[in-house]
Amino acid sequence: MILQFAIGLPFAVATLLAATGRWLPRVAVDALATATVSALAVLLGVVLAGGGTTVWLGGWGEGVGIPLVADAVSTGLALTVTVVALAALVVSWRYFAEIQAIFHTLVLLFTGAMCAFVLTGDLFDSFVFFELMSVVAYALTGYQSEEPDTVHGALNFGIVNSLGAYFTLMGIGLVYARTGQLGFVAIGRQLHGDDGTLVTVAFALICTGFLVKAAVVPFHFWLADAHAVAPTPVCMLFSGVMVELGVYAVARTYLTSFAGTVPAGAVRISLIAFGSAAALLGGVMCVLQRHIKRLLAYSTISHVGLLLVGVGLLHEDALAGAAWYLAGHAGVKAGLFVGAGALLNRFETIDEHDLHGRGRSMHVAGTIFLLGGLGLAGLPPSGTWAGKALIEESGGHWVLALCVTASALTAGAVLRVWLRVFRGAGPARPDETEPPQPEVTRHKDAETEFTLSRLPWTMLAPGVLLVLSGLLLGLVPGGVVGRAVEPFTHLPGPPPAPWTMTAVASGALAVVLAFAVAVLSLRGHVPRAALLHRLHSGHVGDYVAWLVAGVTVFGLLLFT
Amino acid sequence: MSPRGRLIVGLFGATGLAVLFTLAALGLPGFGGTSHPYGQRTLPNAIARHTPNVVSSINFDQRAFDTLGEELILMASALAAVVILRTVRAEQEDAAGEHSYGRAQVYDALRLTGYLLLPVTLMTGVYIVAHGYLSPGGGFQGGVILGSAIHLIYLSGDYPALARIRPIPAFEAGEALAAGAFVVLALGFAGQVKAMNAVVGLEVGCAVVLALAKFFEQALLVRKQT
Amino acid sequence: MSQLPYLVPGWILLIGVYGIVTSRNLVHAVVCLSVAQSATYVLLLSVGYQRKATAPVFSDIKPTRNVVDPLVQAMTLTDIVVGATATALLLALTVQVAKRRGTVDPDELRSLEP
Repeated sequence: MILQFAIGLPFAVATLLAATGRWLPRVAVDALATATVSALAVLLGVVLAGGGTTVWLGGWGEGVGIPLVADAVSTGLALTVTVVALAALVVSWRYFAEIQAIFHTLVLLFTGAMCAFVLTGDLFDSFVFFELMSVVAYALTGYQSEEPDTVHGALNFGIVNSLGAYFTLMGIGLVYARTGQLGFVAIGRQLHGDDGTLVTVAFALICTGFLVKAAVVPFHFWLADAHAVAPTPVCMLFSGVMVELGVYAVARTYLTSFAGTVPAGAVRISLIAFGSAAALLGGVMCVLQRHIKRLLAYSTISHVGLLLVGVGLLHEDALAGAAWYLAGHAGVKAGLFVGAGALLNRFETIDEHDLHGRGRSMHVAGTIFLLGGLGLAGLPPSGTWAGKALIEESGGHWVLALCVTASALTAGAVLRVWLRVFRGAGPARPDETEPPQPEVTRHKDAETEFTLSRLPWTMLAPGVLLVLSGLLLGLVPGGVVGRAVEPFTHLPGPPPAPWTMTAVASGALAVVLAFAVAVLSLRGHVPRAALLHRLHSGHVGDYVAWLVAGVTVFGLLLFT
Repeated sequence: MSPRGRLIVGLFGATGLAVLFTLAALGLPGFGGTSHPYGQRTLPNAIARHTPNVVSSINFDQRAFDTLGEELILMASALAAVVILRTVRAEQEDAAGEHSYGRAQVYDALRLTGYLLLPVTLMTGVYIVAHGYLSPGGGFQGGVILGSAIHLIYLSGDYPALARIRPIPAFEAGEALAAGAFVVLALGFAGQVKAMNAVVGLEVGCAVVLALAKFFEQALLVRKQT
Repeated sequence: MSQLPYLVPGWILLIGVYGIVTSRNLVHAVVCLSVAQSATYVLLLSVGYQRKATAPVFSDIKPTRNVVDPLVQAMTLTDIVVGATATALLLALTVQVAKRRGTVDPDELRSLEP
């Protein structure tokens, strides 16, 4: 019963807040939402400590029922979701000057939807909660509907993501027709040995929605648009956990349902190709950005690309690495968004050049950016470093080169922000020949309607805690992580140990290169790349065209 | 990208998709075949639970968790419509001020037809909800009929009357409480198909009215501040 | 050749996607998204169809009669609700885009990339 209660709790409290929130004082709404998410975290912790469980909802059993599968990976991921959601709620206590209870309702629904998505063992059910997660995400993105860019970004997000979900449903229909089953494990059993075209195409279609959510190139165009306009606590949730759930779903779908059928070599090639493209393109776009939230969004694309490469290697050590990486990245990225939110609140602009040197007095926010940048680069003993070490070990030399490059680019951009905004480094008015930037980088009607002279601790402390936890996750013993992914992969193996010479060396190299990138781009040695900027045009027709092209490429790669 | 570039990329994708889907479709079991194992398994369960409408049994009993997700999507969308379509400081709601949004000038026949159809439609909606577990119908279908029924008042030309009988806070609260009741029923008390039907009918009806109300307000009442 | 009916949902999906790619009006794009979604309804329902079988409601027929697959009908019902509500949300966003930017032509909307 504990699992049903845990899942039902955020939903029930969300409906309560929706019904009565209009009449409750803000403090009560904040307290109720925060208490609910904390309780959910505790319950999930209890389930995880108890070794996990499988519950057939409604008592219907294996014939017709829907299972909730709380194994170590899914429960751990749900716990990560809950922790980031708790941090986002704490930040929003003082971040929003005035907000309706609908915001808290939506955040609770979002948290519950993500947990249900992760814990469910039924393919159609995961589609339903994927849609719930998405619809709430569109609403949260478009929350400040007074801003023109907000509703535009939310609409792009909505159309692209929904289309991806419908592709997934087409794939589910095909699989159902072939197998007559909807549970992940049941489908895997039914499909065993069947390697026809239908199964491969169905796999490609099902993964489309998940890859759109994971913002993998070429399905990634919506992410930067959405992050640029969504409120900061929402961005924490998006970049910290929502995007990564797409990769989790791809991994779960392949390993549980399609492992015996779609050829592993083809899957490896396609996932690694897509992941590498995302890692590199995300890194390059990251360095080219002035809008700090967009910069962080592209860094998410890059790191989630690395995550997909880790999953795509289809090796149990790489999977353990991916799990580690996900947790570390969630902490670091969510913390960085807290820092960005602090800047936005204080200065009402999030343009890096406008903020030159203005952050010198904001010591805590500056520390967050510095530590976050180091975490993205993969400084030992961060979770990102440990994860990357395992992925590089399983992948060989070119995966190592890819990881170091992507980390250096993204961390370099973040460190450049730290240098320019918080240390005043670099030219004061960079490059007068740059075209005048449109107002899109300025938030006229800022997310908060007043600027605080001293930022309250509730707005910054969660960021510090998140970044620190991300930086220290590499200290968790390898055995714990290895045992956690065992039920996921059905492959028992020795506990992975990231503390090798190569790993430490590559981590150090990435940090050094990141500083080099930061200093070089500070001096203005940044390529123009107008073509790349033009591709990210904000036009929904473009995004959908790339989506179908991506599906075709995925299908082609799977048939090689 | 230029429109030409977009079309080229899109056509490349569409062609590939068409080829992939056709190859997949050729691998499907023949159209109209008899092998539906999951469906066959649900039939005796529905009959054993005295729910002759097997679709309702699946929705509210055997796979109630899916329906829970769907209900919450509905609630989230209605709330999202409220939040996205709210009037901001720069606009002001014109509550029947200088603009004459009174009753429209319509034919008496139209007005009378609307008024006569209203109770009939409401009754039909209630019937569809109540008999959802017995005959084709159910909470969703009946809820949509109920939600649309009261808009017959608008169609007969009397928008102010419609606005009077649907206070938005009440419908928000009703919808949310119904959704909350469904959460408890779906996860705590499995198998209460009749109760779930009623709760879903209430929620869907309120959600439809709520979403349409906000769209109406945007279209009819919101004026930019002059 | 008995799989020909299954090509219909594929065609509907392609039309919907083509509509969004070439759209000059955001309302049109959102409605094309709905069209793409209706492809999923048609696919699910055609997967569940059985010749010479009747509707899966036993209130007036014997329990031994052949019925079509009720599960895909339940899935389609869920899908319709999901789709209708997502469409409502996207149209609300479109209304606000129209008010804030004064246009619903995607070509005229400025890029969000600085």
